[in-house]
Amino acid sequence: MSQAVVTPEVQVPTIPLNELAPWALFFGLLAVIALFFISADQGAVSIPSGNAIHEWVHDGRHLLGFPCH
Amino acid sequence: MTARSFLVRGLLAGLLAGLFTFVVAHQVGEPHVEAAIGLEAAGAAASEADGHGEGVAAHGGEDHGDEGTTVSRGDQRTWGLLTGTVVVGTALGGLVALVAAGVVGRLGRIRPAQSTLLVALLGFVSVALVPFLKYPATPPAVGNAETIGERTNEYFGYLAISLLAAVVAVAVARALVPRLGGFEAVVAGVALYLVVVVGFGQLMPTVNEVGDFPADLLWYFRRASLITLATLWGSLAVILTFLVKRLDTSTSAVQARRDLAASL
Repeated sequence: MSQAVVTPEVQVPTIPLNELAPWALFFGLLAVIALFFISADQGAVSIPSGNAIHEWVHDGRHLLGFPCH
Repeated sequence: MTARSFLVRGLLAGLLAGLFTFVVAHQVGEPHVEAAIGLEAAGAAASEADGHGEGVAAHGGEDHGDEGTTVSRGDQRTWGLLTGTVVVGTALGGLVALVAAGVVGRLGRIRPAQSTLLVALLGFVSVALVPFLKYPATPPAVGNAETIGERTNEYFGYLAISLLAAVVAVAVARALVPRLGGFEAVVAGVALYLVVVVGFGQLMPTVNEVGDFPADLLWYFRRASLITLATLWGSLAVILTFLVKRLDTSTSAVQARRDLAASL
């Protein structure tokens, strides 16, 4: 009666990594670009130059904890 | 369960979390941002009157805002803030969902909703909370414009270390489960994470540019900032977990029906 660990395996499905990879790569790049513009652009680096993006997202940058200026 | 079904839910959850975060940030955080800008403007007027336009006057000195772009304070604290929270929310929602999609079924026998919640909570700790504790948010008027480059590098560098440490810690804990058992493996993973982030936290430079900024306002602002971050991650976690749970329930039901049909 050694409480054998015969768990009636309710298998949790997995998503094959090669199916996930293109989504992760494409969306990951897109998300990083979006996060860059909100979090850091026109602070330490500026693409494009100027101040408009920085000023527009200024309060969000402060309140979300990014270094702003 | 596919990459697509997760990503769609993540984007939706992130969008909603971003909207909700805007409301909280606007109500809880903006009064302190306004107060800090008031101090900043007063300080700037006292020292040098350089033509920076109305409200946003002279963030930290001369080399800021030379292009003369001026977004009004009214826009910054409403549409600007909304843009920030919604874009960050949606992007994080998608990222968290894709990580959750990769993790489903690969962390022992926990259900998809449970692993999704775990991913979101670990995301909050490693991406928001721990970097905040080392490099806390600063209100307008705090921060030397000349060090923005270093501070940006240090903040994102520490964030990257924290995130990487969290990923490695989960992988190590997962590998240790068969040898140590669940609880012990989780303790080992958490300990590894803490050693790395505390260790690097000690090694990396401290930023202190507070000057004579009032301590109470600094605390109110930082508390509000942490509430904002917790709102973003918390609501993202709850909404995404809810959606994944429903997805799991419906796919399981379909699978069960298919199995039944096959057995007839």
